[in-house]
Amino acid sequence: MANIPTELRYTKSHEWLKTEGGLSVIGLTQFAVDALGDIVFIGLPEVGDEVKAGASFADVESVKAVSDVFSPVSGKVVEVNEELPDSPEKLNEDPYGAWLIKVEAAGESEELLDAAAYEKVCAEEEA
Amino acid sequence: MKLLFELSRTGRGQDLLPLSDVPACEFGGELLRQAPPRLPEISEVDLERHYTELAKQTHGVNDGFYPLGSCTMKYNPHINEDMAALNGFTGIHPLQDENSAQGCLEVMYRTEQLLNEITGMDAMTFQPAAGAHGEYTGLMLIRAYHLSRNDTARTKIIVPDSAHGTNPASAAMAGFTVVSVPSNAQGGVDLEALKAAAGSDTAGLMLTNPNTLGLFDPNILEITRIVHEAGGLNYYDGANLNAVMGHVRPGDMGFDCVHLNLHKTFSTPHGGGGPGSGPVGCKKFLDEFLPEPRVVRDEGGALRFACPEHTLGKVRSFYGNFLVAVRALTYITVLGKEGIPEASETAVLNANYMMHKLKGHYDVAYDAACMHEFVLTLEKLKQETGVSAMDAAKRLLDFGMHPPTMYFPLIVHEALMIEPTETESRETLDRAVQVFLDILEEAKTDPEKLHEAPHTCPIGRPDEVGAARNPVLKYEFA
Repeated sequence: MANIPTELRYTKSHEWLKTEGGLSVIGLTQFAVDALGDIVFIGLPEVGDEVKAGASFADVESVKAVSDVFSPVSGKVVEVNEELPDSPEKLNEDPYGAWLIKVEAAGESEELLDAAAYEKVCAEEEA
Repeated sequence: MKLLFELSRTGRGQDLLPLSDVPACEFGGELLRQAPPRLPEISEVDLERHYTELAKQTHGVNDGFYPLGSCTMKYNPHINEDMAALNGFTGIHPLQDENSAQGCLEVMYRTEQLLNEITGMDAMTFQPAAGAHGEYTGLMLIRAYHLSRNDTARTKIIVPDSAHGTNPASAAMAGFTVVSVPSNAQGGVDLEALKAAAGSDTAGLMLTNPNTLGLFDPNILEITRIVHEAGGLNYYDGANLNAVMGHVRPGDMGFDCVHLNLHKTFSTPHGGGGPGSGPVGCKKFLDEFLPEPRVVRDEGGALRFACPEHTLGKVRSFYGNFLVAVRALTYITVLGKEGIPEASETAVLNANYMMHKLKGHYDVAYDAACMHEFVLTLEKLKQETGVSAMDAAKRLLDFGMHPPTMYFPLIVHEALMIEPTETESRETLDRAVQVFLDILEEAKTDPEKLHEAPHTCPIGRPDEVGAARNPVLKYEFA
């Protein structure tokens, strides 16, 4: 079973979220990067872009497939992890350290799960 | 193996290129390069051996079974090549006067008539160079239609989650926002999700039917009706037309435009990446937007190039990959009205035959009668033995078979997507089934052998990650 830290919140589409200094930090879960396999490209938004809860804000490409990454919250991108596009392997090595973007959240958000609920989602997908 | 650049020796050459028989054209000094190009200098025999050696290291339909799902790697009849090689087709110039090219125009005209009949469309363009190019062209038609009605709010294209990756990519490229709808438990489109997604911002739906799971969606009329009622248009991805030729027509399923992959369904060799041809057909109400030129017959009976009234313009130079249309016309004409539907029936029969023989040993992703292809999932096998779809696919190479499509569709884990096509004999299918069963046995007894497969190929497991992250795209001179 993939690593699911209890201090984070999760989406059914395998993003994680934590709040840090008033900002929402968003990344991809271990389950997601394991399913994707070796990631070779990451397309991130730019600082200042608006992201919308439930809408795609980035794409990741592995040797198997290209997948969208969906934002758990609506808001404005205030920081992006600039080193990821040049070192996409960091996402495979440390998915909870390799955050994608930081968002100044405004209002609505997707339904967020705690670690136990997210573990169930993963177990169902594996079944 | 050495590259041509590494084989090069100064002063060697060959006579493959004839001497120029037209006057040389002189350019001004500033247009001329300062140093000659660094092209390889190689004798004819060394060149022949180089390419023969490369050919020996490949696997084509002429080498053995090639069940690459959704790619329709059928055998391409020789008569296609004979026709495409006729002087009248190869010795022609694209800028030649149309009066002196009536035979070529006749090919485009007749092929269009036949393909319109097969798809239930009213008009077709041959400009797009392959499938995804056709998708893009079809989406431009849909956009042109909505804009012509001043309906500017239609910005979304609905795509099922089992779609070929090119569908959302083409929609994004054409400037639309992609809305994904999930599959239902039977592998078809989830109707409730589709109803929720369709609305006043829907430009259209892109659908492959049968879909990438090899399943014909029984709700197809309901699906296209939902989209039409929302004011959107229905786009048919013809990738899997080989399952239904002469049996059902996209035009009768409620689709407004369609692309075909002539190189797949209508047989042009395409394993090396081309040339392809992705003609786009449409209903009458869209034909004013088609790319130009189109071939029409004038009052005198002669064929002419014409420009549709509100044409998109050109999506490619000249007339598309014309010789692929020659092969398609040959293929359809040789098979005829009985042969075309029979080809589809045999393709479906072959797929079901293989699936039936493998079922009970391998897990089938969706346990239902399939169309021209079916999807296995090796997820359980991987959990039990550590042998992945990749390992099994690599091992097939040792038995002289091309692997099926892997890890697709994305909604099936550890997927192998098998499309035998109609041109394989029962003996070939039986042998392929036996190989699959032998590999299953090996997975249980000697998984290490599968992790290390293939054992007989010049290249076993290329570094895909390295190739994607650090591609070397040109020769670096020492």
